[in-house]
Amino acid sequence: MRFPARVKGAAALAAATALLASACSGGGGGSDDEVVLEGVDDGTTLTMWTRAATEAQSQALVDAYNASHENQIELTVIPTDDYQTRVGTAAGNQELPDLFALDVVFAPNFTTAGAYLDITDRIDALDFADSLAPSHIDVGTVDGAKYLVPHTLDLSVLFWNKDLYAQAGLDPETPPATLAEFAEQARAVDALGGDVSGTFFGGNCGGCYVFTWWPSIWASGAEVMNEDGTESLLDGPEAQEVYATYRGLVEDDAVAPGHAEETGATWTGFFPEGNIGVMPMPSTMLGLMPEDMNIGVAPIPGVDGGESTFVGGDSIGIAANSEHPNQAWDFLRWSLEEEQQVEILAANGDVMARTDLADNEYYAANPNAVVMNDLVQVGRTPYSLNFGQTFNDPQGPWLPLVREAVYGDPGADLGDLNGDVTASLAS
Amino acid sequence: MRHSRKLAGALYAAPVAAFVLVFFVAPLLLVGRMSASDWPLLVGDRGINLPDNYAGITANPLFWPAVGFTLKYTGIVVVILIGLSLLLALIVADRRKGTGFFRSAYFLPTTLGLASASLLFYGFYSHAIGPLDPLLEALGMEPVSWLGTPTAALWSTVVLIVWKFAGFFMIILLVGLQSIPPEVYEAARLDGANRWQSFWHVTIPLLRPALGLVLILSVTGSLLAFDQFFILTKGGPDNSTVTVVQLIYREAFQRFDLGAAAAISVVVLAALLVLNIVQFRALRKDA
Repeated sequence: MRFPARVKGAAALAAATALLASACSGGGGGSDDEVVLEGVDDGTTLTMWTRAATEAQSQALVDAYNASHENQIELTVIPTDDYQTRVGTAAGNQELPDLFALDVVFAPNFTTAGAYLDITDRIDALDFADSLAPSHIDVGTVDGAKYLVPHTLDLSVLFWNKDLYAQAGLDPETPPATLAEFAEQARAVDALGGDVSGTFFGGNCGGCYVFTWWPSIWASGAEVMNEDGTESLLDGPEAQEVYATYRGLVEDDAVAPGHAEETGATWTGFFPEGNIGVMPMPSTMLGLMPEDMNIGVAPIPGVDGGESTFVGGDSIGIAANSEHPNQAWDFLRWSLEEEQQVEILAANGDVMARTDLADNEYYAANPNAVVMNDLVQVGRTPYSLNFGQTFNDPQGPWLPLVREAVYGDPGADLGDLNGDVTASLAS
Repeated sequence: MRHSRKLAGALYAAPVAAFVLVFFVAPLLLVGRMSASDWPLLVGDRGINLPDNYAGITANPLFWPAVGFTLKYTGIVVVILIGLSLLLALIVADRRKGTGFFRSAYFLPTTLGLASASLLFYGFYSHAIGPLDPLLEALGMEPVSWLGTPTAALWSTVVLIVWKFAGFFMIILLVGLQSIPPEVYEAARLDGANRWQSFWHVTIPLLRPALGLVLILSVTGSLLAFDQFFILTKGGPDNSTVTVVQLIYREAFQRFDLGAAAAISVVVLAALLVLNIVQFRALRKDA
């Protein structure tokens, strides 16, 4: 409709010529507008962007791919705080790289804006399609069309310091099974005094609350939003119970100093110093713990038990304007194969993008990694088109709600503040 | 002859004119067009929607508090910065032993980028890694929540900015001080003026051009504050340190609405333009 018939005719002729040329060249290469389900490795140079937060995993995969393939990927790592700005601007200007990863919670903004290529057929043709991290696939799907595959997974899990537990007279091998036990154990460790605190959280960081507290709401059997991500349920009884538990810890001074002003820049830096008893943190922190530190990893419990996690991390897809979708897919398909998942990700203690490979030699020696990988099945990745501006934005409506619940008037009615969250989700 | 001189003049001016056209006028026109359009960041131009973006500015509940905070912050920073940099300039104006060292020491923070300096102070104020709280505790005092309350967050940021820029403004004022001929002071002294009188009636009036420049630079810079708050406070706690430029960033890159962001930018630009014209006029009239 946008092109006159003559142009269309010329395009058809050009396409036919290209098809003939590729057939004459011996095939296998495939022209760029023809979907080759297994991908194409013909020496094409591809561009790829990722954010610094997941650089290690992306770099390892890209290095291994470049070493074993004719295609070569040029990876650009962009500072995490700057990533959204760069990718958003590039999308608006049609200047995206062939491949780009994205914090999974922002995926709906980009899939619905047409920034990614529909790769439903390619994903469905994978033997292991059903084993890909289900919550990442769900968030990357719009009206049945799949745009994204999981790239690097970052789950929220409970880390506890076994040495401090032993000193506090707690069983160092038994993590909390309920939120009340979590608070009890945090208080017990906090009673050690000195520089030791029971727990810590990023109290001025919307994304931190979402990542570490929502699993307790899910584990309690409640939801944080309706299915469409247009209505907030964050003033429900289970949510309020979660807020009250942490509020109690704040009131008893069992949280390390600085929580109220922590914007998220340094919130994971406290635990590895060895003075925090138990706190929820990203699974990617496991590899960054001091070697001599005696730690355990457990699922985040709900109010009366249960377990859940926030399946974060990055999803990846092919840019809609990529001229090399088959070559780009070659990398994505390869990165999800068993060998790469096990030999690159599992070997490094990372959570894999697939749920069917937990039985491997590396995890056998790393029980903490098994705990995390098993959680991928039950974990959640919330979906909302306005997720970032509602929950991650420091000026969004979520931070006032949760800060009122933790630091504000204890009898405050959260209904109005929850209404603001719903208004942002539905706008 | 006259004609060729004109042509030569135009040729000399051409590179600058081209520069201004490409890097100032063209972006300005684009921002103007964006501000009049429905322009989502990820999708691009969807056509004119006047006056929606402009009408939406005051409907934003953060707008007026942000304007108020930006003005309050500007007032505080400008007064302290100018006062302190003038004091520093007076201290290092005379050539005595050691002034070279002090000039360099005061100027050093200027060489650091604002984002780097902000990160440095973030660490400085942090309970986990900063030296301030352990120091207070060693002295038997309670640790301070440097960024935890609206007042503390504002003043902690002011300290950073004053530390960062006082040396730069000191240099401008120092140049101004050194351009005052010594004879004027001598004449004042012969007329019986004491030190305070010669400062007030000689130094200040003759320093007016330099003070004017410092005033315009510090007012404009403070009204456009972004990096320091983005890194130190993220606008918190509880939205108490949100500046107008942070709102622009938020509209563009959190809410993906370039149109709304451009509209606020145009309003800020117009306000700055008016303010600068007023400042220039006032300074020129008095002079």
